[in-house]
Amino acid sequence: MSNSPLIRALDRGGIAFLVILAIVGAAVTLANLMLPPTSPLHVPTYLVALLGKYVCYALLALSIDLIWGYCGILSLGHGAFFALGGYAMGMYLMRQIGTRGVYADPIRPDFMVFLNWPELPVYWYGFQHFPYALLMVLLVPGLLAFVFGWFAFRSRVTGVYLSIITQAMTFALMLGFFRNNFGFGGNNGLTDFKDILGFNVQAQGTRAGLFVASCVALGLGFLLCRTIVNSKFGLVLIAIRDAEARARFLGYRVEAYKLTVFTLSACMAGVAGALYVPQVGIINPSEFAPANSVEAVIWVAVGGRGTLVGAVVGAILVNYAKTVFTTGALAPYWLFMLGGLFVIVTLLLPRGIVGTIGDWTERWRKRETAAAAAAEPSPAE
Amino acid sequence: MNVLRDRLFGLLFAIAVLTGAGWVHAAGLSEAVAHFTQDDYSATSDGIAAVNDSGDPRAVAIVEALQDGRLLFSAAAKTVVVKDRAGALTDAVTGMPVATPPADLSPVRLNNRLRRTVAAALGSLTLMSPDSLRRYEAAQAVFKSRDAGALETVEAALAKETDGRIKQALSEARAAILLVKGDAAEAAQLDAVNVIRARGDQDALALLSAVPASAPASVKQLADGAIASIRRDLEVWAGVQNAWYGLSLGSVLLLAAIGLAITFGVMGVINMAHGEMVMLGAYVTFMVQEVIRTSYPGLFDVSLLIAVPLAFVLTGIVGIAIERSVIRFLYGRPLETLLATWGISLILQQAVRTTFGPTNREVGAPSWMSGAFEIGRITITYNRLWIICFTLIVFFVLLAMLRFTRLGLEMRAVTQNRHMAASMGIRTHRIDALTFGLGSGIAGIAGVALSQIDNVSPNLGQGYIIDSFMVVVFGGVGNLWGTLVGAFTLGIANKFLEPFAGAVLGKIAILVLIILFIQKRPRGLFALKGRAVEA
Repeated sequence: MSNSPLIRALDRGGIAFLVILAIVGAAVTLANLMLPPTSPLHVPTYLVALLGKYVCYALLALSIDLIWGYCGILSLGHGAFFALGGYAMGMYLMRQIGTRGVYADPIRPDFMVFLNWPELPVYWYGFQHFPYALLMVLLVPGLLAFVFGWFAFRSRVTGVYLSIITQAMTFALMLGFFRNNFGFGGNNGLTDFKDILGFNVQAQGTRAGLFVASCVALGLGFLLCRTIVNSKFGLVLIAIRDAEARARFLGYRVEAYKLTVFTLSACMAGVAGALYVPQVGIINPSEFAPANSVEAVIWVAVGGRGTLVGAVVGAILVNYAKTVFTTGALAPYWLFMLGGLFVIVTLLLPRGIVGTIGDWTERWRKRETAAAAAAEPSPAE
Repeated sequence: MNVLRDRLFGLLFAIAVLTGAGWVHAAGLSEAVAHFTQDDYSATSDGIAAVNDSGDPRAVAIVEALQDGRLLFSAAAKTVVVKDRAGALTDAVTGMPVATPPADLSPVRLNNRLRRTVAAALGSLTLMSPDSLRRYEAAQAVFKSRDAGALETVEAALAKETDGRIKQALSEARAAILLVKGDAAEAAQLDAVNVIRARGDQDALALLSAVPASAPASVKQLADGAIASIRRDLEVWAGVQNAWYGLSLGSVLLLAAIGLAITFGVMGVINMAHGEMVMLGAYVTFMVQEVIRTSYPGLFDVSLLIAVPLAFVLTGIVGIAIERSVIRFLYGRPLETLLATWGISLILQQAVRTTFGPTNREVGAPSWMSGAFEIGRITITYNRLWIICFTLIVFFVLLAMLRFTRLGLEMRAVTQNRHMAASMGIRTHRIDALTFGLGSGIAGIAGVALSQIDNVSPNLGQGYIIDSFMVVVFGGVGNLWGTLVGAFTLGIANKFLEPFAGAVLGKIAILVLIILFIQKRPRGLFALKGRAVEA
């Protein structure tokens, strides 16, 4: 067996997850595009967009699990990185509208014409190019995380203090993006998108394409996280999580490790946001709301922190429940359920769904081996 | 009688100078009004003077009507009628309603020169009004208009005035006229500058900046000095005003954060449902007021005094219930506590929303909390003042409780060394529950106070939670004095940033500054030292 972390990442569980992801992704896409709408197995386009949204949330949850589950950094501001990535993509989509906007201005988006801005602000330059926008999707959240982490980790802000200031960070960003003169559309945000890479964002094919792209991103993100946590780097992260002071005394530069993984996680959240925006068709400052970030943390807690697969499972389960319960007669009770979920999971299921199942199988396997050892007489006898 | 004659003399003189119409004899109102039927500007001018001069109580109404174009005349019938704002016609002289208006009624026409005459006449009529409020307003109006024509009237009025406040206003009006008139005596102008300087507000500043270039050098110099000193004064007052607003905001922050300082600071428990305790307190106030409104209306003024203990007990019980049912299983796992209490906050919010509805509930202010008074150039509202007092009372009572009571002693013992406290026979679990209940109860009474200045809605608490955490973290954990200093520092800093940056950017700036500050001093302003830090 090879010692490469990538190979170790692809153990049985990892491969199983990727295979399931690939099968579900392909099946949904094919059932949407190939089967006629009359077929009972046909997946309607709205459902594809909804599933695509879940997959984006799963990627966000994965990025949180990487830092919380493996490095003990509880960020209550990851929604900010998600939203920043979303805004970067939204800016590209806004520039693609061109003369089809209400005011038909070829350069400036509608809200700038409406606010009488004479020209495009400098920070909007270049967003008409897709590669530049993609770069920004990674760079903006990454840079913010780097600067923020640089200050926070070097001065050893840890635990709940870090959680609270990440929350303050996303709160401050929310207040800022709500302002019209920030140049991101104020409280309406960016919306009314037309094209992405020349394809109509509303079209069935584009929706399916975005769904596939989200699945691919999730798969790559999973592979990346799995590789990291199985590498030596990942072992150091776990050491930091379990005993930060001891890891430091052993000579590891704790700040550098934390900063790296935090920045990486922010980039992943940014990618998730960038894929999310064209599928839901809008990005506005409420995405920065601290409540969103906390909710994302609970997905991870439900699925099981420190398991990666659990983050994905938790994000999809909780969001599916949200979709079901907020649309029906039970809508007024959704917050009770969500609140209850927070309490029950932290009290009764601290390892999450996947973690608890993992514990059970572990225990079962141990009992098996113990039983086998007892049944077989020892050869030394 | 003598007084009246003097007053009339002054008035007439003023009008005569103003209009250039020469001397007009005192005459009856009917003769005066007859001038308006001639449809001739100079006759109208005489008419205004004559009406002014008549001393008739209806003179003001006639001149006002003339100003608004509601004074109508009939050349054929030689009558003048006043149309009131509702459109009813009354005879200008007798004040009787006109049943059959003449066919050829048309408004008395004015040109710009006459309009000025009318305004001055109106000013002088009101400056002499028996109603002191009208006189005061008229004096203020003259101060603003600085109409040179009104000088004689103002001086005449000044000589007669007995009310100190109006006298002040009139002398300021006189000074204003003298300053911009240009041809006044130098000594009089110098006096005028001093009078205006004593006034010392924005209007005075504008007036002094408007001193004409033709004024004598000594006047200019004095005026410049006065401008500088007024500016300084105004800056000081603006600073005082900001400081007051800052104190007010700081007291609100302190009130919201003080309970958190107990649960987070003393116990180390992150209570994300803290804001909801504040909200519950506000709803308790609402319910108390509802009961009072329907059953005991006479008790409304003491509704808040009843609500304070009720809110303390109710939210305290809720707090103890939360501690016993959830938090006690999570000690030593701060991140999980954070998530669980967040869940509790969602449940509480939704519970209130389903019970009371999602809209704002109205909480009234008792009479002793409404209204305002002025100190110098700042206005102080009673509700803000009471909230500051209330906050300080709560703070010091709490401080004394921690310092001097048995419960306070046991709380501090458990905080400092849980195991040692337990070995000394302190029931630490009971202390945990009581401490959490105390923190929650204080949040509840904060809600009673905040119901007076904020919307009572299920989202009330959300607005305070981040700010409260910022205060506690900034001030330093485990130290009530730190919370006090932190709250007032943040409140005042916020209000001093606002004029430069605007409300939202100011708040963002504060958040960024706190984030940077925490990097510098991760344990806050007043950090605990020693072993407790790593515990």
